[in-house]
Amino acid sequence: MALLEVEGLKSYYLTSRGEVKAVDNVSFDLERGESLALAGESGCGKSTLGFSLINLLPPPGRIVGGSIRIDGIEVVGMPEDRLRSEVRWRKISMIFQGAMNALNPVHTIGRQLAEPLVFHQGVSWADAISRAREYLELVGLDPDIVNRYPHELSGGMKQRAVIAMALLEHPDLVIADEPTTALDVIVQAQILNLMKSLKRKLNLSIIMISHDLAVLSEIADRIAIMYAGKIVEIGPSEKVYGNPKHPYTQKLLGAIPRLRQKQERLEFIPGAPPNLLNPPAGCRFHPRCPSRFEPCDRREPELVEVEPGHWVACHLYSW
Amino acid sequence: MEGVTESPGEEPILRVENLKKYFYLRRSLSEFLTGKPPRAVKAVDGISFEIKRGEIFALAGESGCGKTTTGRMVVKLETPTEGKIYFKGADVTVLSREEEKEYRKKVQIVFQDPYGSLNPRFRVYDVLEEPLLLAGVGESRAEREEMIIRALEDVRMTPPEEFLGRLPHQLSGGQRQRVALARSLILSPELIVADEPVSMLDLSIRAEILNLMEDVRRKRGVTYLYITHDLSTARYFAHRIAIMYLGKLVEVTTTDRLVENPLHPYTKALLAAVPEPDPSMKDVIKEIPIKGEVPSAANVPPGCRFHPRCPYAFEPCDKEEPELVEVEPGHWVACHLVSGG
Ligand SMILES: Nc1ncnc2c1ncn2[C@@H]1O[C@H](COP(=O)(O)OP(=O)(O)OP(=O)(O)O)[C@@H](O)[C@H]1O
Ligand SMILES: Nc1ncnc2c1ncn2[C@@H]1O[C@H](COP(=O)(O)OP(=O)(O)OP(=O)(O)O)[C@@H](O)[C@H]1O
Ligand code: SF4
Ligand SMILES: [Mg+2]
Ligand SMILES: [Mg+2]
Repeated sequence: MALLEVEGLKSYYLTSRGEVKAVDNVSFDLERGESLALAGESGCGKSTLGFSLINLLPPPGRIVGGSIRIDGIEVVGMPEDRLRSEVRWRKISMIFQGAMNALNPVHTIGRQLAEPLVFHQGVSWADAISRAREYLELVGLDPDIVNRYPHELSGGMKQRAVIAMALLEHPDLVIADEPTTALDVIVQAQILNLMKSLKRKLNLSIIMISHDLAVLSEIADRIAIMYAGKIVEIGPSEKVYGNPKHPYTQKLLGAIPRLRQKQERLEFIPGAPPNLLNPPAGCRFHPRCPSRFEPCDRREPELVEVEPGHWVACHLYSW
Repeated sequence: MEGVTESPGEEPILRVENLKKYFYLRRSLSEFLTGKPPRAVKAVDGISFEIKRGEIFALAGESGCGKTTTGRMVVKLETPTEGKIYFKGADVTVLSREEEKEYRKKVQIVFQDPYGSLNPRFRVYDVLEEPLLLAGVGESRAEREEMIIRALEDVRMTPPEEFLGRLPHQLSGGQRQRVALARSLILSPELIVADEPVSMLDLSIRAEILNLMEDVRRKRGVTYLYITHDLSTARYFAHRIAIMYLGKLVEVTTTDRLVENPLHPYTKALLAAVPEPDPSMKDVIKEIPIKGEVPSAANVPPGCRFHPRCPYAFEPCDKEEPELVEVEPGHWVACHLVSGG
């Protein structure tokens, strides 16, 4: 049994102007010790999917359909107290987008790490601080940082502290939402090295969210490409990067400037991603798709398996 | 047509000499009473380079190394603490009011943020008319409108009439950045300082803006100072590149040469860190040959300012500051390893 099974998940923001269909019928699963990259452009629903998995969707967001099973146990609709005592942070935890800049400036790093252990698990302060020290060391920081304040740390150190925080309660799965985005390239590479080694050391499952396909390729066993609230392609990294099938994936990979290779003319995708209040009918990519044909604006393509483990939602492969 | 440039010419359009910008920090009371000199953030600390007409020159480096401050000095939004800026041979740090007005037409800047850089209450027409009015260009409204339409066509916002009445929030991020680019083009500048013009844009439209800027260069013969932290876009877009570290240039050469033959230890570390969209590096722990973290620009290390982080630092490095020297034609490096101590 997979560690995580997501089926037909729908998460909408119920706003006064209508439903923002930010995650719309998403299915995938994830094995223990496996890393899945969740890629896509700004606003396609990556963070919303992450929030849904850990059941912390900010209002007016709601899971309006589908199922999320962790170790076979359904968590959609699970009462909040049970989620808190059995699931959240213990089985699945999340490093929120921008978390390193959201650390509380008036509390020490040690207190911020220890507090949840004290309040959620009834651990004593002394034990909680010693656990915090242990995990700070695990992420490559000096354990004495427990006594320091966020403004005394560099961006890279804060990001490491935030990673330590997500690991404190021994989760099986960590969702990392844009963990390297605000960092300079050298620090970014160091954080990626850390994630790779933690994955191996702790046999951790990771869902890494980013808009940066180059960063994601460093860690992803499998990758899911999202567009306008849907997964349009998912499969083993070698296949999706090496042999992309969906026109969106193909165009996106063609748009990436590469350092070690002289490129004459990069591609781009005309137009802009749709508004999710009122997404296009049929395939949501059809208004921007160079290969669209007869059924695309009327029928929605389903994910079909084009080679073992490699799924694509595009009429080119299913019509 | 005049000004058409396929490849860059030889005449430098911009030359910067020993340019410095120090921001002085307020002294604390005790520092004041004990007569300590004010401390300075050495944002830019003596840099020299030249850009040829029609060239795309990238200024690259990590956050806080002084790229934006350099760009702002070039467009005269910031006054240098020291040093000279020559535009077509003339020193622009000392300009009469008339000359200054002329300079501000010839040299434009595009900012990073397509959301913050446009006035939310200005329609596209107003955004583009403003620089014309300020510069006193265009006799009649009809004449100005013609120029506005031409600028919109140049950035492929077609048909232009459809966009003239729109407010920024009615445009996508890419369209906003195109309007910002059109605004920078409307006075037919010769040099554009583009400060991270695509960093905030989605990947699918980034190349569109860079390609557009390249087309404008070919068509109008514009020169770019391209400021970026992203070496991959610099490789794609720029002819030459200068790597900046803590207020200084450490290496200057063609983008191709920089990637093929990086010589400064900092450049090597930067290049090693850049990821590629290629899963063959998956699970491989990357070797990044650098120690520690960037020191504050208010506290620059002595000697080579990179020495505390350099894996190759040797005898002279913590004492003498290495000069930029030409190690092969057009390839400049500031490192004792290369210049022989
Ligand atoms: N509180 C909210 N109310 C209404 N709509 C929202 C809310 N939060 C997000 N959305 C919308 O939901 C969609 C998905 O947003 P989400 O933050 O999940 O995207 P993302 O892929 O994480 O983007 P980014 O790369 O910019 O972080 C977007 O269209 C966004 O505008
Ligand atoms: N007005 C100012 N007052 C004081 N310090 C400043 C000021 N402007 C910039 N600095 C400092 O000067 C240094 C260089 O800043 P600058 O904005 O030029 O860097 P940058 O290379 O453009 O960085 P980024 O990639 O983050 O945009 C930084 O240490 C910055 O904090
Ligand atoms: S001068 Fe010395 S410290 Fe500086 S980069 Fe070269 S070897 Fe390293
Ligand atoms: Mg997000
Ligand atoms: Mg800057």
